[in-house]
Amino acid sequence: MRRSAFRRSRGDGPFRFASTGAGIVLLAIMAAIGVFLVVKAVPALQANTSHFLTELTWQPNATEPVFGIGALAFGTVLSSLLALVIATPVAVGVALFISHYAPRRLASALGYVVDLLAAVPSVVYGLWGVTFLVPFMLGPSKFLNDYLGWIPLFGGDTVVGRSMLTASLVLAIMILPIIAAISREVFLQAPKMQEEAALALGATRWEMIRMSVLPFGRPGVISAAMLGLGRAMGETIAVALIFPATFNISFKILGPYGNSIAANIANGFGEATEVGRGALIASGLILFLITLLVNMAARFVIARRKEYARAAA
Amino acid sequence: MAKQIEVAGLDAYYGTHKAIEGISMTIEPRSVTAFIGPSGCGKSTFLRTLNRMHEVIPGARVEGKVRLEDQDLYGADVDPVSVRRTIGMVFQRPNPFPTMSIFDNVAAGLRLNGRHSRSQLDGIVEESLKGANLWNEVKDRLNKPGAGLSGGQQQRLCIARAIAVRPQVLLMDEPCSALDPISTLAIEDLISQLKQDYTIVIVTHNMQQAARVSDKTAFFNLAAQGQPGKLVEMDETSKIFTNPAEKATEDYITGRFG
Amino acid sequence: MTVQTGIQPISSARRAKDRLVQVLVYLAFALAVIPLLSVLWLVVKNGIGRLDMEFLTHSMRNIGARDAGGGAYHAIIGTLEQVLLASLIAVPIGLLTAVYLVEYGEGGRLSRTISFFVDVMTGVPSVVSGLFVLAFWILVLGMPFSGFAGALALSILMMPVVVRSAEEMLRLVPRELREASYALGVPKWRTIVKVVLPTAFTGIVTGVMLAVARVAGETAPLLLTVFVTDSINNDPFNGPQMGLPLYVFDQAGRPTDTAVDRAWTGALTLILIVMLLNLVARLITWWRSPARRR
Repeated sequence: MRRSAFRRSRGDGPFRFASTGAGIVLLAIMAAIGVFLVVKAVPALQANTSHFLTELTWQPNATEPVFGIGALAFGTVLSSLLALVIATPVAVGVALFISHYAPRRLASALGYVVDLLAAVPSVVYGLWGVTFLVPFMLGPSKFLNDYLGWIPLFGGDTVVGRSMLTASLVLAIMILPIIAAISREVFLQAPKMQEEAALALGATRWEMIRMSVLPFGRPGVISAAMLGLGRAMGETIAVALIFPATFNISFKILGPYGNSIAANIANGFGEATEVGRGALIASGLILFLITLLVNMAARFVIARRKEYARAAA
Repeated sequence: MAKQIEVAGLDAYYGTHKAIEGISMTIEPRSVTAFIGPSGCGKSTFLRTLNRMHEVIPGARVEGKVRLEDQDLYGADVDPVSVRRTIGMVFQRPNPFPTMSIFDNVAAGLRLNGRHSRSQLDGIVEESLKGANLWNEVKDRLNKPGAGLSGGQQQRLCIARAIAVRPQVLLMDEPCSALDPISTLAIEDLISQLKQDYTIVIVTHNMQQAARVSDKTAFFNLAAQGQPGKLVEMDETSKIFTNPAEKATEDYITGRFG
Repeated sequence: MTVQTGIQPISSARRAKDRLVQVLVYLAFALAVIPLLSVLWLVVKNGIGRLDMEFLTHSMRNIGARDAGGGAYHAIIGTLEQVLLASLIAVPIGLLTAVYLVEYGEGGRLSRTISFFVDVMTGVPSVVSGLFVLAFWILVLGMPFSGFAGALALSILMMPVVVRSAEEMLRLVPRELREASYALGVPKWRTIVKVVLPTAFTGIVTGVMLAVARVAGETAPLLLTVFVTDSINNDPFNGPQMGLPLYVFDQAGRPTDTAVDRAWTGALTLILIVMLLNLVARLITWWRSPARRR
């Protein structure tokens, strides 16, 4: 409030103070997350007899603790990227369906149906994944292995249901709604002026979308995909139930391999000793930093897009 | 390339609302026809029915006939996409594709319609930009984005984009309403040149503009707000502006209402 | 150059491509809906069998590893208490932050920083918020595992959602309304409390319910903060508690069919609660603003 010759009313000071304080509390929480994770990670890292960033095995509960983030970080990144590759094209298709293809009367209802995917709790996806998708994926996985086995990703001698591919598929389903929702909003904002310009030149619906909607929406889709990537990396319970919890680095996504930082925290917490908890906290710190970077990058792209949209208006 | 348009008993709707009713007229080739009338009288809606852009708006539909020479634009086997490719349109506000260069904007329509060699494209783009009186201003920066041009230049770029596909008719929806007087003059000069090759239909709010550029003028009006717009009369521009047949037309052009 | 006459039909290749994309887009939508239907169908099919009074009124105490029976009463109680406590923490902080951003921030450096970190906070993985409460509340401060610790972790996940939805609603309140109030000499804070917040009230309630729905299904933060128990614990401030999502996770990890059955029923109960919250929230929005429907 600007300074004025009149006396400021009583009450405004405390209220303003409280609301500003709440905002600062939020910033403080973000800072505290970083600080306290570091505080509890350090003793465990000091007890570690191996190199945290490169070691693959995870035995922090042993008398000679040996643990490292290598295999877990690899699994986190690989499963999230696979999920992203599977989810993004489908999500963009869903977004276009809602924004430009579905009958207008149905569009918002159908959009809500897709949003419902996001309302299903993660643990339910995990249960569904373990009991239905894992056995179901055995067939398609064998097929991929038989016919496309020459591609290293699909190679390997053992093919199982509890694989990197199945976990990535569940992750893809879980991040699809957020990517679809943001893309849909961006596509709906595409300027009608440019859409009409394309149509008036004799463009078909797809050509109109390619000429005016997609170029406008691209930054939005990119940041939506990055937000989805961040989600996939932090997703815990569903993949904790599916991953076979191995500690190696393998690109054979149909084989009995796979783990992630988050899944390892959920699976390892129950029997963790003090050093074990510290080790899990250290791995969580790494996860926090990675997702923080991915999210900040996504927000940065969105912020740039706003300016671009304003300039184009 | 220019063609005659014949409209018979045309109604246009937005959902259940009837925007224009019972319009019949003949638009002559190689001439400029201006549509004038108060706001909301349906002249822009009517213009958009001539290249089937009206139905792009959800819930909008058209009844009646529009013939280009002897083809019914609303015939059962006619693809609206090919109609729009044959009848070009320039909009109220310049709308170049923001992510494309000047060259790509002009070439956008051509690229949709089959392959052209680079030299062919170069030729047509240059010809179209010259046709739109823009070539001299942009020939050194064809690879710069079209959004960097001034408003008047952008509108001429849009005209170049529209004529690059060799349409048979050019529809202009208040093409100067967002432009300053100097740019407006440039566009008006351009319209006079283009009519040698094209059938041009222009919607305008500016009666001096209609008087300056058009050969024929059609006056649209509506009985009351919420009623459908109708064609009051259409005649030689000189006649409409000096000795209109209808009292409503005279009232409108002498500024008594509207 | 060829002189074209009449309306030239577009090439069949272009038409085919347009068709193909249309098919792909419809296919994408179908592809997205299939897992949803599959999940809902299996949850209902496998969960309905054990959705009985025993399930809703009994805990897992004294239920042997191979026994049928048992229930999720302790987990349902736990979830309700945890979510309520989380809301009591997150809603005031989130709402006040939104008020700051809309009414007091004035686009300054602090408000831009807060706004940015609210966005970033939405991306904090739920397991990290659990780890934070574990590190700070339980390991550093030496507090016990408890429902309240779980509520702390959930509140961190709720806050950004509450801020964003409340902020959006506050921005929808017309300026004229505020100015009319100022013109009457009403001080700013009373204008906010008496005019702005009531106007935005239903919108804010909707946002809070969506936030509650989001965290009610979270498992990972609970796992690290409330621990796991088979017994009823009505006191959220003392000793391990259960939560419904945690119950599903726990039962799903046990090797017997009777446990897996309980997991499905727990999942069904959880989905019913979450969907109900979602539905009510959407209905409020829909009912309040028919004009904003798309």
